[in-house]
Order: sequence, then structure tokens, then C-alpha cells
Amino acid sequence: MAVALILVLVAVGSVVFHLVSPWWWTPIASNWRYIDSTLIITFWITGAVFVAVVLFMAYCVYRFRHQPDRRAHYEPENKKLEWWLTIITGVGVAAMLTPGLFVWRQFITVPEDATDIEIFGQQWQWSFRLPGADGQLATTGAHLISPDNPLGLNKDDPKSRDDVVIEGGELRLPIGKPVKALLRSADVLHNFYVPEFRAKMDLVPGQVSYIWFTPTRTGTFDILCAELCGVGHPQMRGKVIVQEESEYQAWLQDQIARNFARLAPAAN
Amino acid sequence: MVDVPLGPAGAVAPADVEDVELYHPHSWVTKYVFSQDAKVIAIQYSFVALSVGLIALVLSWLMRLQLGFPGVFAFIDANAYYQFITMHGMMMVVYVLTALFLGGFGNYLIPLMVGARDMVFPYVNMLSFWVYLLAVLVLVASFFAPGGPTGAGWTLYPPQAILSGTPGGQEWGIILMLASLMIFIIGFTMGGLNYVVTVLQARARGMTLMRMPLTVWGIFTASFMALLAFPALFVGAVMMLFDRVFGTSFFMPAIVEMGQPLDRNGGSPLLFQHLFWFFGHPEVYIVALPAFGIVSDLISTHARRNIFGYRMMVWALLAIGALSFVVWAHHMYVSGMNPYFGFFFATTTLIIAVPTAIKVYNWILTLWRGNIHLTVPMLFALAFIVTFVNGGLTGLFLGNVVVDVPLSDTMFVVAHFHMVMGVAPILVIFGAIYHWYPKVTGRMLDDTLGKIHFWVTFLGAYLIFFPMHYLGLMGIPRRYHDLADMALVTPSVHTLNAFITIVALIVGATQLVFVFNLFWSLRHGRPSGGNPWRATTLEWQTPETPPPHGNWGKELPVVYRWAYDYSVPGADQDFLPQNQPGLTRAAPGSSHG
Amino acid sequence: MGSILLFLSILAVIAAWWLSRQGLASKPWLEQGTTGTLPEANTTPSSKVGLGVFLAVAGSLFALFISAYAMRMQLPDWRTLPVPGILWLNTAMLLLSSLALHGARNAARRGEMPALRIGLLAAGISALAFLSGQLLAWRQLTGEGYLLASNPANAFFYVLTGVHGLHLLGGLVALGRTIAKTWRETATEPLRLSVELCATYWHFLFLVWLVFLSVLTGWAGEFIDICRQVLT
Repeated sequence: MAVALILVLVAVGSVVFHLVSPWWWTPIASNWRYIDSTLIITFWITGAVFVAVVLFMAYCVYRFRHQPDRRAHYEPENKKLEWWLTIITGVGVAAMLTPGLFVWRQFITVPEDATDIEIFGQQWQWSFRLPGADGQLATTGAHLISPDNPLGLNKDDPKSRDDVVIEGGELRLPIGKPVKALLRSADVLHNFYVPEFRAKMDLVPGQVSYIWFTPTRTGTFDILCAELCGVGHPQMRGKVIVQEESEYQAWLQDQIARNFARLAPAAN
Repeated sequence: MVDVPLGPAGAVAPADVEDVELYHPHSWVTKYVFSQDAKVIAIQYSFVALSVGLIALVLSWLMRLQLGFPGVFAFIDANAYYQFITMHGMMMVVYVLTALFLGGFGNYLIPLMVGARDMVFPYVNMLSFWVYLLAVLVLVASFFAPGGPTGAGWTLYPPQAILSGTPGGQEWGIILMLASLMIFIIGFTMGGLNYVVTVLQARARGMTLMRMPLTVWGIFTASFMALLAFPALFVGAVMMLFDRVFGTSFFMPAIVEMGQPLDRNGGSPLLFQHLFWFFGHPEVYIVALPAFGIVSDLISTHARRNIFGYRMMVWALLAIGALSFVVWAHHMYVSGMNPYFGFFFATTTLIIAVPTAIKVYNWILTLWRGNIHLTVPMLFALAFIVTFVNGGLTGLFLGNVVVDVPLSDTMFVVAHFHMVMGVAPILVIFGAIYHWYPKVTGRMLDDTLGKIHFWVTFLGAYLIFFPMHYLGLMGIPRRYHDLADMALVTPSVHTLNAFITIVALIVGATQLVFVFNLFWSLRHGRPSGGNPWRATTLEWQTPETPPPHGNWGKELPVVYRWAYDYSVPGADQDFLPQNQPGLTRAAPGSSHG
Repeated sequence: MGSILLFLSILAVIAAWWLSRQGLASKPWLEQGTTGTLPEANTTPSSKVGLGVFLAVAGSLFALFISAYAMRMQLPDWRTLPVPGILWLNTAMLLLSSLALHGARNAARRGEMPALRIGLLAAGISALAFLSGQLLAWRQLTGEGYLLASNPANAFFYVLTGVHGLHLLGGLVALGRTIAKTWRETATEPLRLSVELCATYWHFLFLVWLVFLSVLTGWAGEFIDICRQVLT
């Protein structure tokens, strides 16, 4: 009796916890609300299964508890029942997988009008690179990294002249414009994660990975590193500030000016 | 060319099981230390594995103290924290769970349950334990090495695992870890050969595969998987060791280390991840499948009902075993691998949910119309179902590639794998120990202490890991020893972390009740007799309890029925031992169909 | 990961075939009394089954090394290693060793003790010649500047030949014990099983060596490319 009640309490308690929990996802700030929707579908299906299984167990534990005159029923198998359960499970699984795969396809297909930006990670800070007026990022090489070329830009590449380098972790983005973030690491694995954007991906040294997203509300958001990268891993933080177009342009012009000054110090 | 028939030690004709010549030890050392008796080896494995588990448990307390009360314990700095999580993880997954299920339960139960006298290669079996012990000693040695143990995370991803930003990376820590793993794998291969070949070769007369209890099926399948999957870890370890010691570039691309360029070129960190997870995913099923098998036997015995759908249970075990080799990259959805792989692995991962679900249905359908005795083993089995279903269902979130994107590397993952691999199988281990302790020692474990142990462990573990999922939903990353300055961390998060820590300490402390029970009952436990649970399987039908060397006395058992004849209509008792010919306990030798 | 998946698929087919003959679709609750139709335990000697399982494990290890090789060689820093000529002589030595063991196995079956002893000795000597030849190949390569850490192709060469050689060394220990037994016994009958196990293991390692050779010389890669072209 007590056992059955506790099982019911576990099932009901878990549902209640879910409903009253103050710990829920951060309000989304990107176009990936379909990820949230798929999550909700998954919660519904898995929640229903969990509650059903545990309540059924509780019922059995109560109804079929040992009594002196009880004898268990002898039924080695029931093929029909097992087939039905298999089919229903298959349907439930498909119901979660199908929307998930559709959204995944969107996730890996970058829209034509996305702007390239580069997110550069190293132990333990974030830097960024914008393509500048020509809209293209210059090539790079790890062997080129030096104190006055911290991102290892290939200075012989003509595209490098207008690249805007932002060190020290504050990236700004204009609202409503899709962005393809090219992810590059100087040393070890890192992961660019802004919880409000939902998208994340590892930075792998030796290759360039990507994610794309469109910021949908203004605000300041934390960048968290989400792949263990050594003892400084939790301190590898940055900020993304999503702004209205006009404010963003003002900031961008300022950055370009600074970069110019840095690239040609003798000209001052 | 004439085929000369091989001698008696080599061949056994099906209808005439020749008795095997066992090694008979004569000194105390050969009986209890360098023993070739699988039962002694099982206890040795179990003792070492549980001791390693206690160390890993203490490490988890230290981690939780830092998470619950950040900064209060100054000695738990970033370095120490990462060393703790790495050693805790590797110890628990490999040196505790795998060794305990396969080396501990496998060694004890397989020969007894299939009606054999011992494993088929007893000398190699003995060696396997000592090699395992050596692996444990090498691993523990890293605590005392300069620089301490590795802090690379149990996943040991390069490049950071062998670089200076990670504890043990440019010192002894990572070397000892990799060496220990290689030694473990060699030792496990020796044991695994025994577990698999004994099931294939040494079954008693009448024991067909489909008459074997599911415990044997679970351990057998898991052992076979382990034999094929551990080589992947071995290959990864060899290559990482070379990268660390000889400067090769298997996994090391052109990078800088703390600002200084390294003399490396072109290696692929993803190559390691593919190798690691090709091992790593089957590994979690290697831990789960024995638990599945054992739980089936616990439920059927204590509910006095045959396991529902035995055939589907066997097929599901085999299907899960096979499928587990083609889902590995669901651990790599955000690794930067080819994005198109995501479609394939999400599909296979969600497909594997189907045979797993079937097993869950069959467990609860065994309870249906059963005759449920709420003994301590049954309580643990019920708790397994609750926590396994919970943990397995959260796996569906993570397996669905795009849903994994926000959740990966957050506390959601930590909560998921603890619930499904840390809580559920450990509950089975406890249940199994309460269940089989009478066979091993001839005494019952104390019931009251058992129930206290059960309730605190089950409810406590649930309270620890269920709320943790929601921290992950918020976006709180894993492997952060300090959540300071994070905008999304509200004061309630700190409260929850503190709560989880306190519950963890209570649950951990309660394990002392269990340890006490184990030792106290050796002397003071109620004598159990040979078959206190009135179970059908062969290990309960030994002529003596505890079973002597050779298990069966003069004659090997003969098997007449499957392993689940509980509450058979027309029988005089509610169970029919596998070696009983008829429905009534007639004199041996009288036949009945 | 194609190589390991292919290898595991082959094992899966074998396992499925064997399981299908074990009555996996039967209803065990309907079969009471000792069953006459289905086998309880196998008639093959346990050590043979054990060796078979071990070959599956070792095969898995070798297939994984090949998968790692295939993945690593696609990265731009790979510089293919020229295969030292001595490898062909070594291959011949290993072939000789396998043939000698094959002869030894036949001699054991026919009860011909002298032939058995000669076969085993010849197998041991040619295997040792193979291993010495491999060491010579290593020395030659390092002498020419193909060091372990200079290039992944070099590293793989040393690792692949090294892991194969270590397995052969383990086999030589078993062979040595068998040879010692041969000198103690007068009849071949008690030695048959040991000799058969050695022979099987040797043939397996020879097969693995051929596969490694085809990978290192690039023939395996070309073969796969041709197949791909034919199929697409």
C-alpha cells in the first residue's frame, strides 16, 4: 500500500515539479523557436509515458500484492499485445523524430543572405572578426598567430585589409539579420553557446565549423564556453549585444576606424 | 585424411555431458588468493569494484560540496575539481560498473546458472582479476603522481587532455590514466573470453539457449559487446599516448599552447571522438544489459510470475546489443562533424528506443496479475523501472539531434546519464546483492536495514537528479566548477544546488548502512537455507549453500524446463526448479513431459 | 569508420546464422523434459571456440586501426611512406611460417612425429625471421629520416607493424610451449589441439598482414576507389 502510494507520489510529484519549476529555459532571442516547439512535443510524449508507466506499476503493486490465497496468472507471452505496444512505441518515436529532423535540416542549411562573421576561441577568451566592406573574411593559419596577429590572419591575403578584429569578448549584432558564425579555435576544443540563441557548436582546432541564427530581440547575452577546455573553462565568457540597425552601424564604423588605426600605426 | 576424435577434456557430446577435470587447490593461497574458482574471483572483483566505488563516491561529495557551497572549501579549486570529475567518472563507468556486472556477477552467476562447474578457462580467469587489480592500482597511483591525476574529463578529449591547460596533461596524470585503461582492457579480454565461451560450451544437459535465465543472456550479450567495443578505446588510448609521449600528430592539429605554437600538424581531434564513442556508446549498454537481465529475474522471482514475453526479451537484448554499435555519434552532434551524420544517428538512436521500451512493457506486464512480494530485492527492481524509464526518456530528448543542440554540455546531460546509468543500474546492483547474498553466504541480509537503505537511496537519488534536468534546460553548462557572474543563474539556482548537495551527502552516508549490513549479516544474519526466495533457476538448486568448489557435488544437474515456471497451473508449488522433471516433486529419475 | 563497421557486419552475419540454429524462435515454456533436437553445448573444443572469439576481438582491434588510418590519411599533412623493399621478404617469411604450421597440423593428424617437430621448428624460425625483418625495416626507415613523429603516415606504419608484431610475439610464446611439449611426448595425439590452434592463429595473422600491406602500399585505397567508380 505504502509502496504504491509512494510510486504515485513520484509520478505526480514529478509533473507538479515540472509545472511549478522556476527553472525553465531562458526566453529565446533567435529564430530557433522550432527547437523549443520540438522540445515541448518531446516533453508531452515522454511525460505521458512516464506517468502512465509509473501509475500502472503503482496499480499493480497495490492490486496484485501478495496475499495468502493469491496465485499469479500463468501467461508466458501475448504476441498480439506485444506487437501493438511495439507499433504504438514506433509511432511515438516517429512523432518526435520527424519534426526534429525537419528542424535539423533547417539548422544546417544556411540562408543565402546570411552575413559571415568569425568567432575565434582560445584558452580562455573569445575574439571576433567581421568581414568588413568586402563582405569576405581573409584566410588564416595557426602558424601565423603572434602577439600582434592574435587571430593568425594571413596578411598577404587582400581580403584581410578590411577585416575587423574584436578582441576580448564583446560581439554586437544587428537585430533581424541572419548571421553565419564561422567557428575557429587556436588551441583546443571550445563551444560557442548563447543560451538565448539555442544554437551552439564546438570550435575544433584544425577546422572551421559553423552555426547560423537570426537574432530576434535586442539585449545583452552571455557567451558561455560549452566544451571543457582546461582549468579556465568556466571563466571563458563573452557578451553578445543585439542592437537596432542604426546603433549597430554606429558601433561598426567605430570598430572599423579603430582597426584601421591599429593596422597602420605609422600613418598616425 | 582421417579425423581422429579428440580426447575427453576437449569434446562433449550433447546427450552426455562429460565432467570437466577441475583444478583442485590445496593451500590457503591457492584457495582464496590466487584462486581459479570463479566464485572466489567474483568476490574478489566485487570487493575491489565496490571499494573503487566508495572512492568515487567520496569524489562526488567533493564535487557537490563545491557546487552547493562554492568557494567555501578552498582546497577544491579548478584544478582539483576537474581531477575529481574525471576520476569519478572513469572509475564509476569502467572500474566499478563494468567490472562489477561482468567480473563480479558474471563470474559468480554464469557457471551456476548454466549448470557448469566453473568457467572454461579458469587459469586465465584468475589472471583477469589480477590484471584488473593492477589497472586499478595504476589508476589510483595517479593521485600520488606529480601534478596529480588527469582533469580532462572522463571523455579525455584531445588536444586539451595532453596540454598544459589541463591538470595532468603535460605530466603523469594522463599517461597513467591511458596506461591503466590499456591494462584494464587486456584484463577484461581475458575475463570476457571466459564469460562468453562458458555460456557457449559448458551448459548442462538440457540447458538450451532459450532455457537460460535472462541474467545470463544479459551478461553474455554485454560481454560479447565489450569484447568488440573495448578495442576502440584501446586504439584511441595508444594513439593518444603516442601523441603525448612521442609527439606524433594522430589527434593534434596545428595549434598554439598557451600562446606558443606547437610542432604539430594536421591531426584530427574528431578522430579521437569517433574512436572514443564507438567504444563509449556500447559501453553504456554493456552496463545496462546485465542490469536488464538481472531485473527480469528479480521481478519474476519476487512476483512469482514468469517474465512476460521471454522471447521478445531475448530478441530485444540482442537487438539493443547490435544497434548500440551504430548510434555512437549522437554524442557528437555539436562536435563539428559532418552535419549530415546527424540525420543518420538521430534515426538509429531513436530506433533503439523501441526494443528498450518493449523490455519496460514486459517488466511491468510481469507485475500485472502477479503475486507481488515487496521484498527488498523487489523494491530495488521497482525503483529501477521508475528511474530507468525516467532516464531513458530524457535520452530521447538528447537523441533527437536538433533538441540536443541547446541541451548538450548542460546539466541536462549530467542528469540524464546519472539517472539512466548511475542510479538505475546501481539500484539493480543493490537489489541483486540482497537477492543473491543468501546463496553466497548462507545468510539473509537484515531486512529493516535493507528497507532503510532502499528508501533513502531511491528517493534521495531521484531528488538529486530529477531537478538537475531543469538546471540544464536553463542553459547551465556542465563541467563548470563555478557559476559566478552568469546572468541566467538566479539565487534559486544556488538554493537548488545546495539542496542537491545535502541530499547527496545523506544518500552517500546511507551507503554505510549497506556496508554495515554486508559485514554484520555474515555473522548474525538469519540462516537462509539453499533457496530462501523459492526460485526456479539452477543456482538455487545447488546441493550445498554456499556452493562448494565444483558447485554441484558428484553429478551435474539436468535441465527439464525453462527458467520461469512460476505459478504453473497444476503444480504443487508456485515454482518449478529448472532441474525438476515433473509438476510435482517426484523422486529423481521419474520422468514426466 | 567503414572498416570496423564492415568487420562487425561480417561478425553479425555469422552470429545471426549461428543463433538461428539455436532455436531462438522456439517457445521454451512448451518444451518440457530434456530436448533431443537442439544442442545444449557445442561439440567443438572450448579452446577452439575461445580462439575464435579472441580472433574476433583482435580483428576488431586491427579493423579499428585501419579505420583510424583511413580517416587520418584524408587530412592534408599526410605524406605517403615508400614501403621498404624488405617487407616483401618478410611477407614471404610469414607465408613460409603459415605453410610450415599447416604441414605440422597435417603431421599431427597423421601421427608423424618427426614431421610435426620439423614443421613447428620451421614455423618458429621463419616467424622469428619475419619479426627481425620488421625490425630491420624500422631501422631502415628511421635511418632514411622517416621518424615516428615527423608524419602521421610514418606513425601509422610503426604502430600498425608494431601491433601486428606484438600479436605474433604472443603467438610465438604459445608456439614455444607447444614445441617444448612436442619434445616431451612420443605420440602426436595429445598435441593435435595445440598445433591446430597455433595454425589457425598464424593463418589469421598472415591474413591481417596481407590486409595491412595492401593498406600501406595504397592498393586497398585504389581497390576501394575502383569499386566506388564501378558502383556509381
